[in-house]
Amino acid sequence: MAAHLKKRVYEEFSKVVQIPHEETPAKKLRLSKPSKSAALHIDLCKATNSTDALQYLLQFARKPVEAESVEGVVRILLEHYYKETDNSVRLKIASLLGLLSKTQGFSPDCIVDDAINTLSNEKSHQVLAQLLDTLLVIGTQLPESPALRLRLVEVAYKHLSDTYFGVRNKCLQLLGCLGMVDAPVGKENEGPGTSLGGLRDVQSIISDYFGDQDPRVRTAALKAMLQLHERGMKIHQIIYDQACRLLTDDYEQVRSAAVQMVWVLSQLYPESIVPIPSSNEEIRLVDDAFGKISHMVSDGSWMVRVQAAKTLGSMLQVSPHFLEQTLDKKLMSDLRRKRTAHERAKELFASGEFSSGRKWADDAPKEKLDTNTVNLIASGACGAFVHGLEDEMFEVRIAAVEALCHLARSSPSFAEKCLDFLVDMFNDEIEEVRLQSIHVLREISTHITLREDQLDTVLAVLEDSSRDIREALHELLCYTNVSTKECIQLALLELLKNLNKYPTDRNSVWKCLKFLGSRHPTLVLPLVPELLSTHPYFDTPEPDMDDPAYIAVLVLVFNAAKSCPTMPALFSDHTFRHYAYLRDSLSHLVPPLRLPGRKQVYGLDSVDSGPGSGSVESAQLFLQQSLNRVSTIQNLEASGAQDLLDLTIRDLQRLGELQTELAGAADFCATYLRCQLLLMKALQEKLWNMAVPLCLKQNVTATAAAQQILEETYKLEFLYSGLESRQVATIHHVRLQAKALQLVLTARTRQGLDLLIGSCERFLQDVESFQRLFLTELPHLQDSFVDKLLELMPRLSSCKPVELVKILQTTLRQSGLLQLRLPEQIHRATATIIEPTGESDNPLRFTSGLVVALDIDATLEHVQDPQNTVKVQVLYPDGQSHVIHPKPGDFRKPGPHRHRLITQVYLSHTAWTEPSQIEVRLLLAYSSSSTSLTSPSKLGWSESLESLPPAEAAVEGTIPFSKAVKVFIMPKPARR
Amino acid sequence: MPEIKVTPLGAGQDVGRSCILVSIGGKNIMLDCGMHMGYNDDRRFPDFSYITQNGRLTDFLDCVIISHFHLDHCGALPYMSEMVGYDGPIYMTHPTKAICPILLEDFRKITVDKKGETNFFTSQMIKDCMKKVIPLNLHQTVQVDDELEIKAYYAGHVLGAAMVHIKVGSESVVYTGDYNMTPDRHLGAAWIDKCRPDILISESTYATTIRDSKRCRERDFLKKVHESIERGGKVLIPVFALGRAQELCILLETFWERMNLKAPIYFSTGLTEKANHYYKLFITWTNQKIRKTFVQRNMFEFKHIKAFDRSYADNPGPMVVFATPGMLHAGQSLQIFKKWAGNEKNMVIMPGYCVQGTIGHKILNGQRKLEMEGRATLDVKLQVEYMSFSAHADAKGIMQLIRMAEPRNMLLVHGEAVKMEFLKGKIEQEFSIDCYMPANGETTTVTTNPSVPVDISLNLLKREMGLGGPLPDPKKPRTMHGTLIMKENSLKLVSSEQALKELGLNEHQLRFTCHVQLQDPHSDADTLHRIYTHLKSVLKGYTIQHLPDGTVIVESIVIKVSSSAEDSNTKVLLLSWSYQVKTWTLFLYIRGLPMQSKPDSSANHLVIESLF
Repeated sequence: MAAHLKKRVYEEFSKVVQIPHEETPAKKLRLSKPSKSAALHIDLCKATNSTDALQYLLQFARKPVEAESVEGVVRILLEHYYKETDNSVRLKIASLLGLLSKTQGFSPDCIVDDAINTLSNEKSHQVLAQLLDTLLVIGTQLPESPALRLRLVEVAYKHLSDTYFGVRNKCLQLLGCLGMVDAPVGKENEGPGTSLGGLRDVQSIISDYFGDQDPRVRTAALKAMLQLHERGMKIHQIIYDQACRLLTDDYEQVRSAAVQMVWVLSQLYPESIVPIPSSNEEIRLVDDAFGKISHMVSDGSWMVRVQAAKTLGSMLQVSPHFLEQTLDKKLMSDLRRKRTAHERAKELFASGEFSSGRKWADDAPKEKLDTNTVNLIASGACGAFVHGLEDEMFEVRIAAVEALCHLARSSPSFAEKCLDFLVDMFNDEIEEVRLQSIHVLREISTHITLREDQLDTVLAVLEDSSRDIREALHELLCYTNVSTKECIQLALLELLKNLNKYPTDRNSVWKCLKFLGSRHPTLVLPLVPELLSTHPYFDTPEPDMDDPAYIAVLVLVFNAAKSCPTMPALFSDHTFRHYAYLRDSLSHLVPPLRLPGRKQVYGLDSVDSGPGSGSVESAQLFLQQSLNRVSTIQNLEASGAQDLLDLTIRDLQRLGELQTELAGAADFCATYLRCQLLLMKALQEKLWNMAVPLCLKQNVTATAAAQQILEETYKLEFLYSGLESRQVATIHHVRLQAKALQLVLTARTRQGLDLLIGSCERFLQDVESFQRLFLTELPHLQDSFVDKLLELMPRLSSCKPVELVKILQTTLRQSGLLQLRLPEQIHRATATIIEPTGESDNPLRFTSGLVVALDIDATLEHVQDPQNTVKVQVLYPDGQSHVIHPKPGDFRKPGPHRHRLITQVYLSHTAWTEPSQIEVRLLLAYSSSSTSLTSPSKLGWSESLESLPPAEAAVEGTIPFSKAVKVFIMPKPARR
Repeated sequence: MPEIKVTPLGAGQDVGRSCILVSIGGKNIMLDCGMHMGYNDDRRFPDFSYITQNGRLTDFLDCVIISHFHLDHCGALPYMSEMVGYDGPIYMTHPTKAICPILLEDFRKITVDKKGETNFFTSQMIKDCMKKVIPLNLHQTVQVDDELEIKAYYAGHVLGAAMVHIKVGSESVVYTGDYNMTPDRHLGAAWIDKCRPDILISESTYATTIRDSKRCRERDFLKKVHESIERGGKVLIPVFALGRAQELCILLETFWERMNLKAPIYFSTGLTEKANHYYKLFITWTNQKIRKTFVQRNMFEFKHIKAFDRSYADNPGPMVVFATPGMLHAGQSLQIFKKWAGNEKNMVIMPGYCVQGTIGHKILNGQRKLEMEGRATLDVKLQVEYMSFSAHADAKGIMQLIRMAEPRNMLLVHGEAVKMEFLKGKIEQEFSIDCYMPANGETTTVTTNPSVPVDISLNLLKREMGLGGPLPDPKKPRTMHGTLIMKENSLKLVSSEQALKELGLNEHQLRFTCHVQLQDPHSDADTLHRIYTHLKSVLKGYTIQHLPDGTVIVESIVIKVSSSAEDSNTKVLLLSWSYQVKTWTLFLYIRGLPMQSKPDSSANHLVIESLF
C-alpha cells in the first residue's frame, strides 16, 4: 500500500517537472491543479530547518486546495510528518490534516489509518492532542460509519490516561462527539494496554474524569457528557450526584459546566426522588436541582452567576413552594423581624392609607426573633432572585429578569409575587435592564393587576428621557389591568404630564389611552364628569380641539364609552361635535359609538360598525368574484374589456380602503390588473396597423406604457410580502411581456440593426432564465405568452431579429390574460413618516457648507429585512437628491411585521436666499439578483468569489413607499 | 505547633479605632490604625504601649496595612508613625493613599485649630507619614520581605477600600476591613477568591441585620426628592464629605439625566470638590456601569451638580443641596437647615445615622420645636425623611463572604459584642468552624496545621509511581517508603539506601524473635515436620522450605523447634523475622495448628529482642 502511495505521489510530482520543459502556457493552466501538492513537496524538501518548513506550511495553509488534490497533499504531508523531528512543524502538519479533511467533496476515510498510525508513534503531547483533534474532525465528517467511530473511540480510550491535560481533553471531546449512543462501546476493546474495563459504557468512563486533577479536563468531561446528551443519549441518573459535587469546584468553568449538567439531569428525571443529606426527608430531583442552581446565583464568578440565572428560567417543573422561595427574604434588624418595603407598601394599601412612608422609623423592627429560626445562609432556593436582581453585573441582572419572565409566564401566582421586584428593576442604572424589565412585565401582564402603589412606581418612569423606555412603558400600559378608578386617574395624569414634556410621544400616548379606556370602561365611567370638566349647573368653556392633552382625554373616554352605553349621557354638546370630528380625523383611535339621539352620526356609524367579522369574509368573496369576472375578459371586445378592467381596478382600490385586512391583497390585484390594462392599451389595433412614420406619436405612449409596466412589476414583486412562487412567476411573466413590447417598439422606431440584435439576444436570455427559474410553475402557465414562446424557442433562437419581432408581435396579441391566483396572506409594505410632520413653518437654519441633522421617525409595516432595504431619500428643490442608508441600529422591532426607524439624516446645501422645502421620503431598495439566488452557494475555503459566473444581470432599483414629507430648511451663508 | 495570634488594640467587640495586631509565622503585622470618634482623650488612639513600652515600633512591626481612608481606620496613623515612631512600610491602595491625607488634614484642623488642642500631629507629620506609604494594586501580590506577602482584594464600601490577604509560608490571614457585599451606584461588591485562609478577620457592624433591597431604598429616596422638587420645594441632604455623598450624587445625577429635570443641585464646596477629583481619577475602582461608560463620559463629571455658594440658599425655586456635616450639628448644613425649616414645602433627608444630642437626631425623632443657642426656638415645618444608605455587609453578606473564602477559623471585630455573639453562633452552626470575638487587648491564638514542603528525589518518586497504575488516583492517598532527611533548614525525602549513603552510615539488620510454647508429644523433628506440612497447606503461594538443619523458612521467617528443659511434651517454637514482615498472620496460622492441646495463653508472650 505504502509503496503504491508513494508511486502516486511521484507520478504527480513527475507531471509537474515536465511542465517547465514543455513550456506551453496553455497546458500550464490546465495542469495547475495537481501541481499544488507537488509544489508543497518541493517547498518542504527545500526547507533546511524547521522554521522554514513552518513558514512554507503557513503559506500553504492560506491557499485553497481543490477536493481532487487533497489526498495527494495529505500523502505528502504525512510523508514529511514521519521525517520531521521538530514538534512545532509536526503540530502544524497535524492541524493542516484536520483542515484539509474538512474540504468539501473530499471524503477523509482514506486518511484515517494513517492518522491513527501516526498517533501510536508520537511522543510529543501537544502534537498528540492536535492529532486527536484531527481525528475528531475526520470523525465528525463521517457520521455514517460506525466501524470508524468505534476505532476512533478506542483510540480515545487508549490515550485517556495520558499525563498531559490537552490529550485527555481531546480524548474526552472525541468520546463526547463520537461515543456510541445506543450500545455500550468497548466490547471489542481487547488491547492489552487498556486498563479500563472492557465492558464499561462511555458515560461511566467520562464520569471518571469528573474527578480529574486538572480543572480543564474536568470541564472537558462535563462538556463531553453534555455533548452526549445533545446527541440523544440518555444520561444516567447516577451522574447527578457527581455533577452536584462539581458545583462547589474551585474553578469557574467547571462550575459553569456543572450547572448545565445538573440542569440537563433535572430535565431528564424531574420526578425522581432524592434524599436531603443530613435529614430523612426526600424531595423531587427537579426541586433539589433548582435549589442547588439557585445557590449558584450568589457564586463568586459572574459567568457562573449568569449561567445559573439563565438556567433557572427554564426549570418550569419546579414546585411552586420552591419557586416562591426564590423571592423570599426575611429582613431583620438587631434580631428583630422587619417587614420589607414591599410588605409595608402592601399593608399601607390594604389599610386604605395612601402613600405615607414619611415617618421616621416606620420601618421600625417589630417582634423579636428567635435566634434559632433565623437562617442566614439561605439553604436551597432562598432569595436567589433577590440576589440575582441586585447583582453587580448587569448581565446577571438581565439573565435574572429573563428567568423571572419565563417562570412567571407559567405560574400566575409567581407572576403576582415577582411583580414588586420587576417594578423595582425599572429603576436600574443600566437602560438595557430597565427596558428588559418593562418588556417582561408586559409579557406577564395578563396574569396581574397592578396595585395603586405599584402603578405609581411604574408611571414614574414615564418621565424617562429615553424614548425607547417611554414607548415600552406605553406598550405596557396598553396591556395592564388596574384595580381602581384612582389608578386610571393617576395613569391619565402621568400620561398627560409625559405628553406635555415630550410632545413627540403624542401618537404613542393616544394609543396607550385608547387601550386603557377600552380595557377599563367601568373605572372610567365615574371619572367622566371630571375628565370632561362638565358641571351640573354651569356651562363650562369649550376646550381647545387642537390640544393634544384634550384629545388624549377624549380618546380615553370614547374608547371606554364603546362598551359602556350609559356614558354618552354624560357628554356635553361640544363633546359630541368633537367626537364626530375625531372619528373622522383619528379614526384608528376613536371607535364608532352608538350615540342615542344623534341621528346622522348614528346612521353613518352603523354602516361602518355594522358588519363584524363576517365582513372580512364577504369582502374576500367580493375580491375573488372580481378576479373571476376579469378572467372572462378574453371573450370581450377590446373596449369592453378595458372598461371592465377599469371598473374592477376602481372596485379593488375602494375595497382596500374599506377593509384594512384585505388592503394588501386588493392593492396587489389592482396593480396587477393595471399592468394588464396598460398592456392591452399599448397593443391596440390601431397602432400596429399604421405605418411606422405615422404612428410615432402613438409610439411614445406605448413606450411609456411598457416602461410603466416594468416599474409596476418590480413594485409587485418587492413591495408585497407573503408572495408564493406562483405569483412571482406571474409577475415575471408580465415583465417578460413588457420587455417583448419594448423590443417590438424599438424594432419599429429605430433602424440600427446592431442595437436590435443586442436587445434580441438579451430578450432570449430573459426567456431562458425565466424558464430556469420557474420550471415548476410552467405547467400552470398553460396557453400563456411564455408557453407559446417556449414552444417556438428553437425557431426563435435561430431566426433573424426582424422575424423574431414579428413572431413576438403576434404572440403578444394572441396571448390572453393570465389568471391571478390570490395567496393566503399578502401585505403591502408601507411606511409612515411620523416625524418630521411637515407642518412646521419654522425653517431649519444652518450655515451652508456645514451639516444639520434632521430627526426622522417612521414606522414600517411588513418590510422584510429593513436593515438592508430601507433607505431615506432627500430631495432638494434644485432637483439634487441624496439617498441615505440608515444604520442597522436605527431599526427597532416593536412588534411582528412592524419596524420602527428612528434615525438622523444629515442635510447640507449651499446658501439660499429664501427658506425652501426639501422632500424626505423612504425608499425600498430591491435587487433582482437577491431573490433569484434563493440559496447562495456556500463557498468553501478553497473557492473564491471570482470564479462564480455572473448569474444574471441584476436589476437594482428603489421604490418609494412612503408619502414625501416637506421640511423647510434655510442654509445661510457663512459669516466672515 | 505553629500559631497565629490576633490581638485587637481597637475594634475588638467595639466600633471605631480599628487596630488589630497579627503575629503569623514570626511576623508581626498591624492591620489598620484608626481613631475613635467618641473620645477626645488618650482613648481615641490605640494603646501602642501594648506593643512596646519605650522605643520605636519599627523593631516590633514588620508592616502596617490600612484598609481604607475612613478615620476610624487610619486616623491614628501619623500619631503612630511620627510621634510614637515607626519607620517600616505602610501599605494602602492608591485611592486610599490619595484621599487619606485630605481627611487627616481636615481632622487635624478641627482638633487643633477649632478645638485648640496641643500635642497633636502637624501637617508636616502627615506628609512625612504618607512618604512611608507603599501603594497597592488590586490582586497584586506584594512581597513585604522574603516570607511575608500581601494581596489586596476589592471590598466595595468606599472608594479604594480593600481586603488584604496576608500570607507567610502556607499560613494565611484575611482581613476584610469594612466591606459591602451588595453593589451600589458607584461601587461594586466585595469579592475574594477561594483562598482558604487560616483566619478570616471580618467586620460585623450589621451582624444581626438583614437589609432590604437597595433598589427599594433608592427608589424611595428618588421619589421623595422628585415629589418635593415638583412641589417647588427645596431639599437639603446633610452628608459627610466622602463616600455616601458621591453615591447620592451619582444617584441624583443619573435621575436628573433620565427624567430630564432642570432644578439645580448644589454641592457644598471645599473638601468634597477635592475628593470628587479623586473619584474621577480612580475609575477602575468603581462599579461596572461607571467603568464601562467613562470613555464617553465620566460619571463623576457631574452635569447637573454645581458648587454651592452661601447666597444660593435664598434663591427662589426648587433646588437640592448636599451640605456637610451629616448630623446637622454644625456648619453649613445647619445654617441652611435654619433657613429652610420654616417652609412646609421643603424637605430634609437624613441619609445616615445620627448621634444622640445632635439636631439630626432630634428632628428624626419627631421634635418639631428646636431650641437654638440663646433663647430662640425654631419651628420645624419642613418634612423630615430618613433614608438609610450604609455600605457595610449585613449578616447575609458576611456569611456569603465566608462561603467565598472558606476560612478555617473566623474572627469577628468591628461590631457590638451582643450582636457578634449571635453571628458567632450562626457561623459555628452553619460552617462548623471555630469563631472568635476577642475584646480589645485580648489575644486569640489559633494553632495551624501548615503543610511543610518536602523535596523528593525524582528517582524515588518514579520508583513509587511505577508500583501502581500510570496515574495516581487523586481520590486516595498513597503511602510510600522513604527516608526524611532534615538538613540545614531543608527537608528531603530520599530512598533509604541513598540516605545511608549520604549520611555515611552502615545498614543494620533488625530481627525480631519470639517464643511460642506448644503442647505436642511428638519429637522435635516431627513437630517441625507437622508445622511444615500445615503451613504448606495453609500458606499457598509462599515459598516454604524445610532445611536439613532443622529449620523451616517461610519467606524470610525462620522457625525452629526445641523441647523445653522440664517437659519434653512442651515444645518451644522459636520464630525469628526481620522487621518488615508482618508476623501476626504467621503467628495466628501457627495458633491454628491441629495440636491436641492449645498453646498456653499465659505462656504465649512475645519476646522481641533486637539482635544487636
